[in-house]
Amino acid sequence: MKVPLNWLKDYVDVTLPPAELAQRLTMAGFEVSEIITTGEGWANVFVGRITAVNPHPNADRLRLATVDLGGEQETVVCGAPNLTAGDKIAFARVGARLINPHNGRVEELKEAKIRGVASRGMVCSEKELGISESHEGILVLAPEAAVGAPLSEHLGDTVLDVDVTANRPDCLSVVGIAHEVAALTGQAMHIPEIEYAETGDAIEKSIDIAIEDPDLCPRYCASLITGIKIADSPPWLQERLIAAGQRPINNIVDITNYVMLEYGQPLHSFDYQQVLGRKIIVRRAAQGERFYTLDEVERTLTGEMLTIADGKGTVAIAGVMGGLNSEVTGATTAILLEAASFKATSIHYTSHTLGLTSEASMRFERGISTEMTLPALRHATRLIAALGGGQVAKGIVDVYPGKKKPVPVRLAPAACKRVLGIGFSRDKIVRTLTALGFACRDEAKNLSVTAPYWRSDIKQDVDLIEEVARINGYDKIPATLLADTIPPQDPSPEITLKRRVRRALAGYGFQEIVSYTLTGLELLSQLDPDAQPPQSPMLRVVKPMTADQEYLRPNLRAGLLAALAANRRHEDGGIRLFEIGKIYVPQGDALPAEPELLAGILSGARTESSWLGDGGGSYDFYDVKGSVAGMLASLGISARYEKSDDPGLHPARQAAIVVGEDGASLKLGVLGELHPRVAANFEIEDSVCIFEIDITALAPLAVAHRMYRAVPRFPATIRDLALVVDSAVTHQQVVDIIAGFPLVSQVRLFDVYSGQQVAAGQKSLAYRLVYQSPSHTLTDEEVNKVQEKILKRLGTELGATLRG
Amino acid sequence: MLDKLEEIKKEALEKLADINVSKGLYYWRVHYLGKSSTLTGILRSLATLSIEDRKTIGAAANRLKVLLESQVAAKENALREAHLKTATQEASIDISLPGRPCPVGHLHPVTQAIEEITDIFASMGFQVAEGPDVEWDYYNFEALNIPAEHPARDSMSSFWIDAPPGEKGKKLLRTHGTAVSARVAERMEPPIRTVTPARVYRYEATDATHLNIYYNMDGLAVDRGITMADLKGTLYEFVRRYFGPRRKVRFRADYFPFVEPGGEIAIDCIVCRGAGCSLCGNSGWIEILGCGMTHPDVLRRGGIDPAEYTSFAFGMGLERLPMLRYGIDDMRLFYGSDLRFLRQF
Repeated sequence: MKVPLNWLKDYVDVTLPPAELAQRLTMAGFEVSEIITTGEGWANVFVGRITAVNPHPNADRLRLATVDLGGEQETVVCGAPNLTAGDKIAFARVGARLINPHNGRVEELKEAKIRGVASRGMVCSEKELGISESHEGILVLAPEAAVGAPLSEHLGDTVLDVDVTANRPDCLSVVGIAHEVAALTGQAMHIPEIEYAETGDAIEKSIDIAIEDPDLCPRYCASLITGIKIADSPPWLQERLIAAGQRPINNIVDITNYVMLEYGQPLHSFDYQQVLGRKIIVRRAAQGERFYTLDEVERTLTGEMLTIADGKGTVAIAGVMGGLNSEVTGATTAILLEAASFKATSIHYTSHTLGLTSEASMRFERGISTEMTLPALRHATRLIAALGGGQVAKGIVDVYPGKKKPVPVRLAPAACKRVLGIGFSRDKIVRTLTALGFACRDEAKNLSVTAPYWRSDIKQDVDLIEEVARINGYDKIPATLLADTIPPQDPSPEITLKRRVRRALAGYGFQEIVSYTLTGLELLSQLDPDAQPPQSPMLRVVKPMTADQEYLRPNLRAGLLAALAANRRHEDGGIRLFEIGKIYVPQGDALPAEPELLAGILSGARTESSWLGDGGGSYDFYDVKGSVAGMLASLGISARYEKSDDPGLHPARQAAIVVGEDGASLKLGVLGELHPRVAANFEIEDSVCIFEIDITALAPLAVAHRMYRAVPRFPATIRDLALVVDSAVTHQQVVDIIAGFPLVSQVRLFDVYSGQQVAAGQKSLAYRLVYQSPSHTLTDEEVNKVQEKILKRLGTELGATLRG
Repeated sequence: MLDKLEEIKKEALEKLADINVSKGLYYWRVHYLGKSSTLTGILRSLATLSIEDRKTIGAAANRLKVLLESQVAAKENALREAHLKTATQEASIDISLPGRPCPVGHLHPVTQAIEEITDIFASMGFQVAEGPDVEWDYYNFEALNIPAEHPARDSMSSFWIDAPPGEKGKKLLRTHGTAVSARVAERMEPPIRTVTPARVYRYEATDATHLNIYYNMDGLAVDRGITMADLKGTLYEFVRRYFGPRRKVRFRADYFPFVEPGGEIAIDCIVCRGAGCSLCGNSGWIEILGCGMTHPDVLRRGGIDPAEYTSFAFGMGLERLPMLRYGIDDMRLFYGSDLRFLRQF
């Protein structure tokens, strides 16, 4: 809302400099986003009066204007069509800095010879002065402008651009802001009486108004002015509209806009001759009805949209925009002026469904008070009668099915302290509220407060408490810390776990990424070796903004691979990434499940290449397995790795991560090398290994505090065991047997060999066994006995033999 | 015999002086102090001498033995020192060569911000509460005084989920973290102090300062006797801890449907320190969060009696904080996964 201070001063004395006023308004909830000063650059521009207009001797389209500047005269060349002798205009002398309308730059005005005639100065357009974009003609000033005075004295103004919050439609107006300024600066409001003569017939003879849908229209007021003449508005009115950011059109339209900007109540003017059957009916549209709005666009209405109709059909979309069929034109001689109240949600629905917002709809959808209609209507009627001529019909039609008695709000003065933490005296509260227009009445210990008619946002005591706080200033509120009853703290195990996991992985050199949770089919299809879209159901948004943000992600893998591929464009060497985030799984009518996953990726060279050599090789299955096992170990979890069949992973190089014993085992996730075709889909040439773990499932397993185990007191005995087994026998099978024997405290595989030294179809596994007893130093005999048993069992169960 | 000893002494010390490798000391020892050395022979033969001779020669021989032993030990020590000296000199390296690379991982800057902010609030007794990304209309809007067709919905254009409506309205991607506060009010009993990092979604075009998927950090405190002064004190303390003690803070009135009175906290502009620049839109202030006293209707819907309890709530765009602190000028960098950006944190 642009508020010109000169306009504001009609209603309240402005006692503060603009910057300070802006600061006070901002603190009170009306943020002033910009202070615009017009006239700052108008040095050398003066008010002049055109005394004569003569033809240019050498050009048909140019004329010579003689301008009186109060004591001296200048004759300049001018091309504007609206040069009229007698008009007051803005005259720029040589040296003035004006906007060049052709390139928008500020340039200094120089003496010029135009088609043979010397011209010292210029008659200015609005655009050249930087007031508006208008450059069709020169700016005509109000007749009271003093000839010879600097233009800035007449037209210069300061305009506050105020952001008005959605709860205060009353402040989308000069008067609304004036009420705030009055309360903030301790000034009184100047509200003029609105008086005009009603010289016409009784209005009821000329128009019949019915509200068929009072649920959407609680009030409809109208006046009628006949015998008017459509013309340009007087300069003072145009100047104010321009200052407030509106474009003048004609006297009638300008007055409705002017009053809306001044009072906050939207008005609509109908060409009375085009209102057929002398009838206005406020009713819902017919479903699918088509209608041309003022902007010459055909709209299709729904049965829930409110319209204004005459005896024949729709003439306006209520509260949003008028119709082409009843538009005020140059031929209009009688005006039916509407000031109505419409249900906020209905206007919001209509405006948003049609994609059509207007100054009117923007105000109505915020819920303006039904009591605003009459003062605005009377104000506009008076202006039309005064500026457009014509007679005002006797009376006003006021159909008011939604009239409600104002409900006072009870306020206990102590409640201010309860909410704000700072008390205000009863007297201070009353003075603050009264300054804003509230009526306060004592009701025993409490106050009974009635909001002024223009306020639609006051419902309960906290609304009044806010008024007291913001007018007196939030800076008056002390800053205290919460009293010390701290609620019980039960940090979620998942949050703690995520912190531990993140630190473990960052310690292994993994970079954390966070990617978008909305994804697209194209990316997801790349996860399939055959580039097929995912088969499992996913959640889709109704109107995706782009194809790559259509579905809620069903995995983290796609985002990680996309991030890897993107980084590969500028980064070689090893890349390790991880992400912890939600995935989304539909659950019928209920909200989706949103389990949290951890996924990681290792790609490329295992060690960074350096002058020391590159340490060898690319990441493979055993790297990702080592990372996962290490991370899990840091949480006190040891997992098993079992065969798995994830289609996106290398069929022979993947494993499920499993915890718990048979029967109660739980699959935590999967790890492995990426399927070569999937890597190709992402155009990744290096090795890629990934892991995915369900963090939600992991949380209850993580050990927060492990119990201490005694450090061995007796020396260990170490024995190596080189076995030859069938190739199909796994390391896990061997370890499971060895580790089951007493006294064996550690088993470590230190060599795996297959080749010439062993028979075909066989391999050699070499283990280092650590024997230890908690109670004594072991003898060779004891160890030998166990080792023999181990060998025997390995022989019978796995066909293992000692390597010769 | 004494002459003999004198001869041995002279010869042994001369030879010892000439030795310059430790191996030579071994042979020298064998020759002059070993079992078959002349000196050892003399010491062994003492028994065959007269008592008189035994005394003088024995004493002289033993003196010589002690002398030779101490001399060889000294020589040995000198040789070791000399060797160490040359060995360490030869082993000198170019200390400017790079060390063996050690992989370094970093936490995402948003993760770091979430942890830091939740830690600050944890120290004031707030614990983390979470809620779903896919939310019912009820918790996102209705419970927060934003019914259908309310203009506040326009500033929070929504991604609706392609699914039939349920008991609590349509499903959407939550537009603000306050939705979680609505759930917290419903599921927890006062006293409540929670803070919520929440991914939020807006149906809006993205640019350097706006994303359609980003994070909020919301907070809620409910108890008997909580006031707006507590709100102010808590948030001022938060700003002080996150941005440092030198930032100026502004607390002004503002409107959000779910609080009354409502407010906004701004800090003086990081770039111009209040003078006005393009970052702060010439205002000198940068808004960082919205807040207020939780609206009584919102508490009531959560099953909390507003006559007994008061409450405050706040919410902020999370990325804005690290952006201001680190001078990041493009919000999209956070989620572009570019390692050249992420490694800086």
